Amino acid sequence: MSKTEKITGRRGKGVVVRGHDIDTDQIIPARFMTSIRFAGLEDHVFEDLRFTADGTPKGHPFNEERFAAASILVVNRNFGCGSSREHAPQALQRWGIGALVGESFAEIFFGNCIAMGIIAVTASADDVGKLMDSIELDPDQEIAIDLESKTVTWRGGSAAVSIPDGPRQQLLEGSWDAMRNLLSASDEIRATAERIPYIDGF
Amino acid sequence: MAGKNLLDKVWDLHSVRELPGGQTQLMIGLHLIHEVTSPQGFQMLEDAGLPVLMPGRTFATVDHIVPTDDLSRPLADPLAEEMLSTLEQNTEKHAVRFFAIGSGHQGVLHVVGPEMGLTQPGMTIACGDSHTSTHGAFGAIAFGIGTSQVRDVLASQCLALVRPKVRRIVIDGELGSGVTAKDVILHIIRVLGVKGGVGYAYEYAGSVVEHMTMEERMTLCNMSIEGGARVGYVNPDRITFDYLEGRTHAPEGEAFARAIEWWKTIVSDADASYDDEVAIPASDIAPTVTWGINPGHAISIGESLPRVESLPDDERGSAEEAYGFMQLEPGAPIAGTRINVAFIGSCTNGRLSDLREAAKIAQGRKVEAHVRALVVPGSELVKKQAEAEGLHEIFEAAGFEWREAGCSMCLAMNPDKLVGREMCASSSNRNFRGRQGSPTGRTLLMSPAMVAAAAVTGAVTDVREFKG
Repeated sequence: MSKTEKITGRRGKGVVVRGHDIDTDQIIPARFMTSIRFAGLEDHVFEDLRFTADGTPKGHPFNEERFAAASILVVNRNFGCGSSREHAPQALQRWGIGALVGESFAEIFFGNCIAMGIIAVTASADDVGKLMDSIELDPDQEIAIDLESKTVTWRGGSAAVSIPDGPRQQLLEGSWDAMRNLLSASDEIRATAERIPYIDGF
Repeated sequence: MAGKNLLDKVWDLHSVRELPGGQTQLMIGLHLIHEVTSPQGFQMLEDAGLPVLMPGRTFATVDHIVPTDDLSRPLADPLAEEMLSTLEQNTEKHAVRFFAIGSGHQGVLHVVGPEMGLTQPGMTIACGDSHTSTHGAFGAIAFGIGTSQVRDVLASQCLALVRPKVRRIVIDGELGSGVTAKDVILHIIRVLGVKGGVGYAYEYAGSVVEHMTMEERMTLCNMSIEGGARVGYVNPDRITFDYLEGRTHAPEGEAFARAIEWWKTIVSDADASYDDEVAIPASDIAPTVTWGINPGHAISIGESLPRVESLPDDERGSAEEAYGFMQLEPGAPIAGTRINVAFIGSCTNGRLSDLREAAKIAQGRKVEAHVRALVVPGSELVKKQAEAEGLHEIFEAAGFEWREAGCSMCLAMNPDKLVGREMCASSSNRNFRGRQGSPTGRTLLMSPAMVAAAAVTGAVTDVREFKG
């Protein structure tokens, strides 16, 4: 994936993970975050919801073959609450998720997704419910998220989606990787540092 | 025109420029890093061929993966050793100050920053950890970030952020005996919900907060994020200045006097405007315990577990899930719930005053035979200070294990873990499923004194019964 990729939307198969307040510890348990690399996190995404302690699979959409090719994750309210650590969206992205549609997202989780080029848009609870039902009935259908028209479309329906304007522009313009843009203000950074009293020790 | 609140003052001062779409490029005055979220950030910087822009504004320590019993090198867990070695190499290579194990200043970053005088009023502070909100206790604007943002701060000393709204939470009155800062914040989360703070910074105010020590204010601000607020802060005052005086990295001499004059200017104006205001009477707050799988699942010690049908519609699903996981019975009192483990520590409650409060309960008593109890100081300095007061002897005589500094069982990335379905009375900040290292391990959040009370009785116990 190019770091300057303009992301106007995503098309792909969907996967549904139901439930409010799914926290970052559920997405990637802390005991799997001990590597200095993000690679490998995908093997443990939703680990404790998907497997018992002895490794026996439990019922979970991420274990189901019909969702194995999914790239769009549909969730309920307050998804990604908990940690600011980026490991949760990294685990999802490396598993194959390129976009999320949810009723709402935790603030830091949302910011981390955008910083990584993952689309995260919200829709009404009613529309999310319809989308979830449709995906579960027909997992092979293609879901389309369009950031320009701010819609999500599925077979038999479509809905308006919301995303704050700043992140939306960042995705569309390919500036979601903030570092280069921040560094382009080097003169202003220096001027700001000069006016802050504690930076030079009062 | 109305005056400004602290967030607006600090934000405006640190604003480098406005970005399209409502974001601000915000200078970050203090960047704190640890071993878990920084290695990939440094690697990304290296891949981009960039230096650390302001290495003097970044400080590091190791806290999440550090064992609390055997610190010999190489660490027993090769992944932990690699993570620690990588931080050592990165900090040396980029001239970032690193508080190593054995330096006297290693520990949980959100304990170390304040005790070293790094955390000061009027700063913007970022760290790759959600509990960075702790530093707001000083009147700083402090927030947790992810690894890509760690890279951004290293490279540019800036972040692209949306300015939050500000909710003022006024807690007036007097707290009852046995009611601590932990109970205050658990109560606030219960009242406002785990999502109530999304999009907001919380400004804590009122006579209760005005009388809190800095350590209590840190506990309060620490769990802002559990209520959905990325930032939580308290206006600085004499209590703040007295805490900072003489600390290693605090200004000294004439500079300290000038600093105080400046810090006074960043306090919220008396006529400041807020986006929302909430009043919470101190008299409503009792020792509080969580019963479920998020910090909003909390009740006072004297209450019974809520019946699912009595909860708002949108909370019933998570309550049912919680009861299934916790194996607790709706309608049963929370007091008397049997525990297997007691954990005192974490960035929420691992400071000296926390250990003192717990030691008062432990003194002259014994940990119940079926309970495993750990006390983990929040930093090497806290440990040293506690030992100077003989607290470790009180704990050890009572049957608690006295450990080295670190995050330990708060999130169990080190060897300190629950086993199987153990139930833990914990002074930490999250009761998510599996948080303490066992996928089926269960956590009850409470204050350190309440944890000590549970340890010596073997079950959740009203600490006020010990205070007479």
